[in-house]
Amino acid sequence: MCDTCGCNLTPGNQHLAFKPVAKGATAVSVLKGLLQKNDDQAAHNREHFDRRGILAINLMSSPGSGKTALLEATLVALKNEFTCAVIEGDLETENDAERIRAKGVQAHQIVTGTACHLDAHLVHDALHHMTLDGVDLLFIENVGNLVCPASFDLGQHLNVTLLSVTEGDDKPAKYPVMFRAADTMLLTKTDLLAVLDDFDCDKAEAHLRNLANPAPVMRLSARKELGMEAWYAWLREQLAAQRARVATGQSRRPAIQSDGMKYHRVSA
Amino acid sequence: MHELAVAQALVEQVDAVIDQHHASSATAIRVRIGPLAGVVPELLATAFPLAAAGSRMEHAQLEFTHAPIQVHCQTCGAETETAMNRLLCGACGDWHTQVISGDELLLESVELETTPP
Repeated sequence: MCDTCGCNLTPGNQHLAFKPVAKGATAVSVLKGLLQKNDDQAAHNREHFDRRGILAINLMSSPGSGKTALLEATLVALKNEFTCAVIEGDLETENDAERIRAKGVQAHQIVTGTACHLDAHLVHDALHHMTLDGVDLLFIENVGNLVCPASFDLGQHLNVTLLSVTEGDDKPAKYPVMFRAADTMLLTKTDLLAVLDDFDCDKAEAHLRNLANPAPVMRLSARKELGMEAWYAWLREQLAAQRARVATGQSRRPAIQSDGMKYHRVSA
Repeated sequence: MHELAVAQALVEQVDAVIDQHHASSATAIRVRIGPLAGVVPELLATAFPLAAAGSRMEHAQLEFTHAPIQVHCQTCGAETETAMNRLLCGACGDWHTQVISGDELLLESVELETTPP
């Protein structure tokens, strides 16, 4: 895409680019994604992963919906099958990384201070503190937040969004940007459904479909080991798909970020 | 509050455009934001002066182009406008749609001061 000669102008967007301006001034069309620098870094991170055949998964949810508990159970269950590594993002403390290390798995904690999301540069810095050789699965546990993390590509291949049943089943309708980005939605803490009378799993799934999102929905409880086999099967399937892509020199971005781009009249 | 990070990215990009065109400053910056981009124009407008303080776009007017949410239906082919949490086809009601407008986060154009200050 060229920013100087105007070849990214199309009949559809030309009217946006030029307008009369005062003498001594010029108007230039840019039409470039605002987060281009982050996206370039994310693409670089993705190359790191692809070169080593790693599948990178970004976990996003509200605080307290069970991301770390999900990881703890997953890392133990897959211990003899795959080598995993984890990047933890939190505003403060090393607590989550310590929980992961207690399971014998390599973990790096990103302490964001006040930043409400991870970005591609933070993840890249973290990668330099880690040993990636031999790693099959890299989990990036984003800052617990249903708003900001959705807008920043980290270089991951897949987004997994968790919704715990102690939250409202209309969360996908309330936070459409986040749930539109999900390649899979996990309904967590389902062992508590028995004592909750206001969470309807089918409704949560219907709200996700209203966002035109075909992502699979899994219902599970990491603590009580309910429904975890489907999640593990999905991970195995996705890792096999990543290896097949790597073998043919292909990659994958989280579904949403390329979704519909070919129909866009204005594109970066 | 991630709008501050977006504002900083915006300042870096406009700075590059100023360099590229050997201009002295930017006087107007136009950004195209769709509701599905997850960035609130009002908050970006508040964050911009902080990010732009002391830069060559300190006095630039930040303008927004609002991008409506439109979907293309994969089932019936219609293109319709929708609400951000109901991305269903307005013609046939199916949810197998693709967003064709409304998730943009673009630096659209910049007006530059080309005479020396």
